[in-house]
Amino acid sequence: MQVGLTGPLRSAAGGAAELAIEAKTIRELLNRLIEQYPDMSIHMDLGIAVSVDGVMYRDDWDVEIPGGVEVVLLPRIQGG
Amino acid sequence: MKHDQSYTDKDFKVIGSRVPRPDGVDKVTGRARYGADAYAPGQLTGLVLRSPHPHARIKKIDTSKAEKLPGVKAVVTAADLPDLTGGKRDMFDILENCMARDRALYDGHAVAAVAAIDNNTAKKALKLIKVSYEKLAHVTDVDEAMKPDAPIVQPHIQQDGKPSNVAQRMEFGHGDIDAGLLEADVVVEKSYKTEQTHQGYIEPHACLASISPDGTGELWVTTQGHFQYRNVCSTLLGMDGAKLKVTSSEIGGGFGGKTHVWIEPVALALSRKANRPVKMVMSRDEVFRASGPTCSTSMDVKIGARKDGTITSAFIECRYMDGAFPGIWGMLGGMTAWACYDLKNVKSVGVDVLCNRPKVAAYRAPSAPMMAFGVESTLDILANELGMDPVDLRLLNVAREGTRASYGPTYGPIGIEATLKAVKEHPQMKKKLKKNQGRGMACGFWFNIGGQTCVDLNIGVDGTVSLSQGTVDVGGARASMGMIAAEELGIAYEDVKSNIADTASLGHNDTTEGSRGTFSSGLATIFAAREAIEVLKQRAAKMWDVPVEQVTWENGEARAVGAEHSNMPPLSLKEIAAKSPTTGGPIAGHNEVTADGAGVSFASHICDVEVDPETGKTTILRYTVVQDAGKAIHPDYVEGQMQGAAAQGIGWALNEEYIYGDDGRLQNPGFLDYRIPVCSDLPFIDTKILEIPNPNHPYGIRGVGETSIVPPLAAIGNALSSAVGVRLDHTPMSPPRILSAMDDQGA
Repeated sequence: MQVGLTGPLRSAAGGAAELAIEAKTIRELLNRLIEQYPDMSIHMDLGIAVSVDGVMYRDDWDVEIPGGVEVVLLPRIQGG
Repeated sequence: MKHDQSYTDKDFKVIGSRVPRPDGVDKVTGRARYGADAYAPGQLTGLVLRSPHPHARIKKIDTSKAEKLPGVKAVVTAADLPDLTGGKRDMFDILENCMARDRALYDGHAVAAVAAIDNNTAKKALKLIKVSYEKLAHVTDVDEAMKPDAPIVQPHIQQDGKPSNVAQRMEFGHGDIDAGLLEADVVVEKSYKTEQTHQGYIEPHACLASISPDGTGELWVTTQGHFQYRNVCSTLLGMDGAKLKVTSSEIGGGFGGKTHVWIEPVALALSRKANRPVKMVMSRDEVFRASGPTCSTSMDVKIGARKDGTITSAFIECRYMDGAFPGIWGMLGGMTAWACYDLKNVKSVGVDVLCNRPKVAAYRAPSAPMMAFGVESTLDILANELGMDPVDLRLLNVAREGTRASYGPTYGPIGIEATLKAVKEHPQMKKKLKKNQGRGMACGFWFNIGGQTCVDLNIGVDGTVSLSQGTVDVGGARASMGMIAAEELGIAYEDVKSNIADTASLGHNDTTEGSRGTFSSGLATIFAAREAIEVLKQRAAKMWDVPVEQVTWENGEARAVGAEHSNMPPLSLKEIAAKSPTTGGPIAGHNEVTADGAGVSFASHICDVEVDPETGKTTILRYTVVQDAGKAIHPDYVEGQMQGAAAQGIGWALNEEYIYGDDGRLQNPGFLDYRIPVCSDLPFIDTKILEIPNPNHPYGIRGVGETSIVPPLAAIGNALSSAVGVRLDHTPMSPPRILSAMDDQGA
């Protein structure tokens, strides 16, 4: 599937706005992301959120990713 | 998501009502116990010695005379807080901010602390501590700090291999803004500045710390996140997390400023050294100089549009002054800047810049109000140039379900269009204005978040319910969770007592920030109540001696279904609870959840102002907040959040400002010179709650606390520009700045 990258995550993937990664869950997705792009580990430490068809997941890595959905990776946000 | 979080459009009995506030009586009668209201036998008073210099090398600290003063029980410096952070830079930054190490990085930076038998002795001891400083060049302005020859705040931060005050630069967006400009008939460019403001919570930071010789400790503290305080303090002190029990007091305002630790690790270090409890309460001067205000900023905006108002290119770069330690403020601003709009070519850049000012903390929708000031002010200029109604311009470009957000994902159901339509139809928009009066409107966005959450629900033998949650109650958590538990169980709200549990009594809960409390704890409460209902059904089945599969739960009662049970009267929760000792023991429900699927929130505000052309004083004549809150559990609290956020935004827009002298010292660390709005400064703030449900919460909850601080800066700026015919581009838009702008344009 195609995975969109935003903000600082793009620079960790050589400037790519989109990556092709096969994964059935968020955990698989993030594990494969680190395997392919070790520079992404600093962003993993800071936190990465995953948007699956517009639904934001910050913590639950067990979520299954169905085929044909939009997947976008973002920096994990905080609030006040 | 382990449980089904899907929205169900159900009728509510308790949700949506305005039940009495459970903390109301205690708060208005003075019985509520805040951070400074705890006492322990033998407690000492802790005070902090702070740097008078904005940037200085600490050559030597001599504490010997202070230690010999009768009544002094402990003196601590950085030597008493060794680096136990294991190479984690973010934790080391927290440690260094709590107590300076080799350098003082801002006016007010802690350099030593004492614990003594009373306040006077502690004050005398502070005067006996001798610190040898070597003054270093300093910088307090964000643009000055970016210059190549600026004094360097944190040498380990580098750009292109050289020390730099630019901590990071983050870009968001899609499309091609240069190509978009070629499609534009009109291009508007404008630069803006916003000055640094403080959250202005009335209750200062305060705590009572106690570490016993056996290594266990307790901390009573005003905080938005006692679990986070437990984790950070135990790490910095080298303690096991489970051995430090943190209890959150009532909180007299936080707004993001109580998501970080400040004096708490110092109080624990003093207690450990003195072997006595230590109480610390920041003075207002200390709160301003040495807690966590928000960023000052400077920014540049450029928008291109066709004659019909369609935006073809949208760009903003905003430089955030982070204080002495790097944060994520540029990132948050970059993500929020254009979130209200459906844009083909859009780019936002957030830059984090270090200065010799206190470490910045979150402030209600952190970073978003500044970017919104730039974006929404420039949209107002564009509307004027195009001769369009500003609401129509926004509606033409508004984001909807299916829009690709400027920060990446595609939106589900969202409410920005509905808020704009509500603004367009609002009676305030039709009221005629007089001379020197003006009207402005602006929009705002905040993400809302979820996070780790844990709830315990215990049903007593008398049938009343004790609900323990771990998200600190900053804006109605106890009332809202009590209502949700009552709704699910089918009982009266008055039969539920909601409590905030300490860190020893409940699993981890993330900090109450990001407008997450009602969404996250609401989920956990629903699922905990549903678990308890399953237990109640099992107990009823035992009492009836029927299979549990033949028991249902309706309106707070167990009912046996099936023709053979048709004559059985239902069993109420109280009847089942009364028999619980002999049907299996206590009845409880529990839930732990990583609450994901938070729904974003939007608001549109209208502001009418009048400007006195002689003095430049602005009077807010009328102010209306329209916000998509998702389901409003307790509308009274929701309206209060919308009004409170708007009031803070009004203060930010008109008056509030950190003023630093050339010496790098804060000139106005008190409420006399740093003026927040009081009731007499404000009209009654009208509210209109829109309830576009979040599809990922059973009740449709989104979150409400932050969004409405985002639009006021621009809404007021737009109103002022309409009133005086001059664009105001620098907050606070105080009387001197308004008069100066009018003079510059000969208005």
